Formats: sequence, structure tokens, C-alpha cells
Amino acid sequence: MTAPRLDPPARVLVTKIGLDGHDRGSRIVAAFLRDAGMDVIYTPPWQSIAGVVKLATEEDVDAIGVSSLATDHLIVPKLIAALREAGLGHVGIVVGGIVPADERSMLLDEGVSAIFGPGAARDEIVEHVAALAALSRAARDAELREGTS
Amino acid sequence: MTKEPVQLPLPGFDQDFGQWRADYGRQIGVDRRIVNRSGIEIQPLYTPRDWDGSAYEADLGFPGQYPFTRGVYPTMHRGRTWSQRQLIGLGTPADYNARVRQILAAGATAISFLPCNSGFRGVDCDEVDPLLLGTCGTVSNTVDDMEAALDGVPLGEISTAMNDPVPFTLLAFTLGVAKRRGIAWEKISGTSNQSDYISHFIANHMFYRLSLPGSRRVFTDHVAFCLEHLPNWNPVSVVGQHMQQAGATPAETVGFTFATALQYAEDCVARGIDIDVLLRRFTFFFDISISFFEEIAKFRAARRVWARLARERLGAKNPNSWRFKFHGQTSGVDLTRQQPLNNIARVTTQAMAGILSGLQSMHTDAWDEAVATPTEETARIAVATQNILREEAHLCDVIDPLAGSYYVETLTDQMEAEILAVIAKIDAVGGMYKAAESGLVQTMIGESALRYQEKIERGEEKIVGVNCYQLAEDESAGKPTERPDPIRMQAHIARFKAFKQNRDRGAVDGALAALTRAAHDESDNIFARVVEAASAGVTHGEIIACLRKELGFGRPLIVS
Repeated sequence: MTAPRLDPPARVLVTKIGLDGHDRGSRIVAAFLRDAGMDVIYTPPWQSIAGVVKLATEEDVDAIGVSSLATDHLIVPKLIAALREAGLGHVGIVVGGIVPADERSMLLDEGVSAIFGPGAARDEIVEHVAALAALSRAARDAELREGTS
Repeated sequence: MTKEPVQLPLPGFDQDFGQWRADYGRQIGVDRRIVNRSGIEIQPLYTPRDWDGSAYEADLGFPGQYPFTRGVYPTMHRGRTWSQRQLIGLGTPADYNARVRQILAAGATAISFLPCNSGFRGVDCDEVDPLLLGTCGTVSNTVDDMEAALDGVPLGEISTAMNDPVPFTLLAFTLGVAKRRGIAWEKISGTSNQSDYISHFIANHMFYRLSLPGSRRVFTDHVAFCLEHLPNWNPVSVVGQHMQQAGATPAETVGFTFATALQYAEDCVARGIDIDVLLRRFTFFFDISISFFEEIAKFRAARRVWARLARERLGAKNPNSWRFKFHGQTSGVDLTRQQPLNNIARVTTQAMAGILSGLQSMHTDAWDEAVATPTEETARIAVATQNILREEAHLCDVIDPLAGSYYVETLTDQMEAEILAVIAKIDAVGGMYKAAESGLVQTMIGESALRYQEKIERGEEKIVGVNCYQLAEDESAGKPTERPDPIRMQAHIARFKAFKQNRDRGAVDGALAALTRAAHDESDNIFARVVEAASAGVTHGEIIACLRKELGFGRPLIVS
């Protein structure tokens, strides 16, 4: 099933938080999403959580992809909490990279929508992010309607 | 590069060869086009028409003889096998110490040191989220930390390689420990792994700390210092690994790495260092991928290319300077999260390629490296893999055992041509420093990474468990991940803070002032001042903060 194409296109932030700088995966995934017609905001590695929240607000993103090849996934729950705090609870979060099996459920429980490991297929990633962005956009629009009504 | 076909003194060759071609064509039907990672088309059969040995003396020679294609030493692994150098680093300095003692007891003959990612980013342990500390390397910010890490390790007798980018604080701390123990610096042996700032700027941003010109200055000062004070230390390790991991093809990797080495050599010569004194201490660090014959041809070609560059282009006179000595690490990029035990087979294959290539030092990855930081058991299996290949498989009985294979020799020639083409491309833009500054290399690597990814997606490159032979049930779950003990880590942070409280503030301020002055005085040696600062109690983060202020912060160019 193909997710509906958003108009204007889905806006996705592809980033890395924490300490690690291995950016081959995030660059490739950013290219995948861009090729699929999404608006991709790509950042270099080592973003601070506060910086990502600020960028997500300014760029009005629908979803955030966090790439973690070392252990930076351990602070993704802190990112999610900071996004909620900033009123961005609707923004979908996916994680890509290396997350040990026994730490996956921790991330999923905290609100990460999916974790894509090495070897994940392009279509799988693109479809999931598109669907997630559509949900996030709908949730945001509903919040806006509630806010103005 | 196409070569003239060789006129073979083999009666009947042409007729038989023609017959084989016809039979082959009939049986195979539509032939698959096979292209290796470096873009070289691979034929189904190689014969004396591809390689006939007529250039043996010029292109191969003998082990230990120019151009060293067959090996850099006369005896190679038959005389002395490679150093087993496992990269380790986890948790606190005491955690590292416990692990390094086990590795030494298990038969490792050299040690390495991988600092925590917070260290790579240039900060101390009290400046980052404690959740991340020690998860990917050992926290080591002071001379006291290094003393704890190396407790009981016979410094001065065992070779120590450190993942220690500019400004080389780990070496500075180690020299401080040696001073405390009364060990002469002349005895300290090992390698400044990761001294290659250009490769960090291009392809491993994690290690990137100072501005490009700042790194250049500290690097050449460090080389000058080591050549003067540490006769058994290799200050330069030019790292191809980062670029291949980031997606450069094997041939591109060697081309970029040699272009980098040429840049460093020219910079050091410009600083007044004798080329032969310098090159004797050059080492290289490469990835060994699973593309078996391609890797073997890569390293054989690399030995020949480097020998000619060092002798003809750099004008080195001493044969020692012409030797391409390298540490190989089995490539983590080839490992899979799916069915992770299969990685033992992958690492074994990579290690075989490395051994048959004639490497001088090796790290074999643990099978769980694609999913976690290795455990004690998985690290032990990685070492055992090397022991099995050496002791049981008899891979070291014969020097350069694949030489003379029509395929391997042809491929070696072709890889050489590819490598030279890459070097020519970098030369055309004024050398590697400029090529990195302009983003040319980053763009080339990005394109190669994407091309390879697309080959996997199209199924042209097959990866077991990923795009073929997948299992419905993933067996990767189950093993608990080892994380540093939070209580021990908290205690370590407390010790670090106490260290800062109790040190001689006057000595610290004096050392930082000297470091600041050196940054603006080209006649001074910055690394000498870093070594003094380390002994005076200045921390890793403080040294880097000072140099960043004076020489500029490192912001790698990101080409997306």
C-alpha cells in the first residue's frame, strides 16, 4: 500500500543527535526521501536536543528521522520529551541505524514509530515515513482547528 | 589502461582458447556482467594472455625488494606474523584496564586504545549526557585516567596504538605516565592512529576537532616532536579506512590515501623534516572488505604504487622509506544485523584477504559489532579467528601465495591503474588539502556510496540475510547489551572533578598560557606544549578548548 502524497509535500528533518559523526546512513536516507518527493531538511551530526526542537519548530516538520550508529539512540527519549514540551507532540519520530535488540522496545515504548536497521529497504523506509508524516500532518491540523475554534 | 596482447610461445593456445570461448558461450547462454566495487569488469577466465610474467622483475620483484609488490620484508609472515591488535575501549579507565589485561592474557601482542566519543568530540566527561559516556570507548581526560587505564601494562615493552586525533592528548597523557613510572620515552613504541586529520575532515567527522589549517599546524609539530623524542613511535598513520567506510571504492580509497600521504610528506618536508627520517615512520590503516580478490589486489598494487611514489616522486633514498606498511581492520560495513552469527564467516573471509595480502597488523571485528559494542566473549572469538587462520589453516607458510595467478596479477595491474587515475585527479586540483577543502573528495565518496547502495537494491550485490536468504524469524534478539556501570561511571566523574579541584592551578594556567603562545609562534612546537600541559594536570577538554580558541574550531564540510 502506498501512503497518500501530502500537498504540500511531507516535511522531514533528518538529523543526528549526541556524539557520533558517522553520517553515511543519514545522507543516503535523506536522498531516498528527497527522491520520493518529500521536503528534506538535513543537518550535519552532533545536533543538540534543543537545536533539533528549534529547527523542527521553525521548519514546521511532520516527521524527524534520527540516525544513530553508536549509542546516541539512548537519548532519543529525551528528544521526544523535549518535543512534547515544545508543543510538537504530533511530530512523528523514526530511528535509523544500530539499536541493540534489547533496547528497541525502550524506544518504541517512548513513542518512536519505527526503527530501521542496516539493510532496511528503501521502499519500506519511504512508505513508513510518508504514512507517518500524513498522520502527523492530520494531527497537527486537528490541533490547529481545535486551537482556533 | 589497455596493454598490448602478449605473443605467447604456446603452441595451440589460440586454437584451444577459441574452443573454450565457444564452449563457454554455448553453455552459459546470457553471461552476467560482473563489475567489482572499484568498477573493474571481471572476466570469467584469465590466462597467460592477460598476464605472462614478462614484467616480473619490474612489477613484482622479491619480498623486501623494490617495488615490494610481494611484500615489504624478506620473510613476511613466515618470519614474523602480523601484530594482533584489537581495538578496545569501554567504560571507565579501570574497565579498560580489566579488558586489556584479558586481551593480553589471551595472546594479543599489542594493544590499542579507543577513547569515548565525548573525547573524540573534544570535551571532558563532565560536559556531556552521562548516558552516553563510555558506551563507545573509554573515558580518558587526564594523565591520572591514563595511569589507571595502563595499570600493570608493560609500557615500554608493548606496542600501543591509540585512536588519538589532533592534538594527540592521549599520547601526551601516556608520556606523562611514562615520566611518572620512570620509563624513558625512547622506549615507548606504537602508533598515533587517527593522526590523519584530512581523512577526518572528509569522512569521519566524529574525529574532527580543529580547523583545517589548525590541524595542519598541530599535525606537523607532532610529527617533528615524535621524530625527535620518540624513536620507536609512528606519528603518522594515514587512514584509508574512513573513506572506504564512508563509501569510497577500494581503488578510490588507496588513491585518496596516497594523495593524503603525499600532502603530509610535502608539508613535513616544508617544515624542514628529512624525507627519509619521515617515511621510515609512515604507516597506513586500511579497511579490508569482503570483496576477497579485489582487496588482495588492492594491497598488492598499493605496495607497488607507494614504493614508486616514495622513491620517484618524494625522492626518498632509503629503501625503508619505500615500504608500504599497513594495519588492516576487517570492515564493519560488510557485517549485518540480520543473522548476526553469520558475521563470523564474513570476518574470517576478510581476515584471510588481509593475511594473504601481507599485512603488518590486524584488527578483526567481533561478530556483534553490527548490533552492539563487543562483549568479552565476542572479542575473544575475533582474536581466535586470527589464531585459527595462522595456526590451523597454514596461511603463513608461503609468502605472497597468490602471486602468479593470472587473475590476481591482472587485477593487481588494473587496480594500480585505477589508483593512479585517482591520484592524478587529486593532483589536478592542487593536492589533497585543496581537494578536501573544496569538497571534491566528499562528493566523489558520496556518489560511490550511493552507487553501491543502488547495486544492493537492484540485487546486483547480494548480502545473505539482507537481500537474499532472509529468515522470517530474526535471531538477532536475546543478548543483553553491555553498558558501562552507571555507578562506576558516576564515581569516575566525581574523581575527575576532584582531580580538577586538587591540581596545582598555577601550573595549569602556566601550561595553558604556553600553549596559547605556541599557537601563534610558528617557531615553537605546539605538541611539545600539549605534552607539558598534560603532565601539568590540564585536561583533554581544556587543551582542545584552548587550541580551538586560538586556531579555530573544526567544522567539516558536509556535502549532502
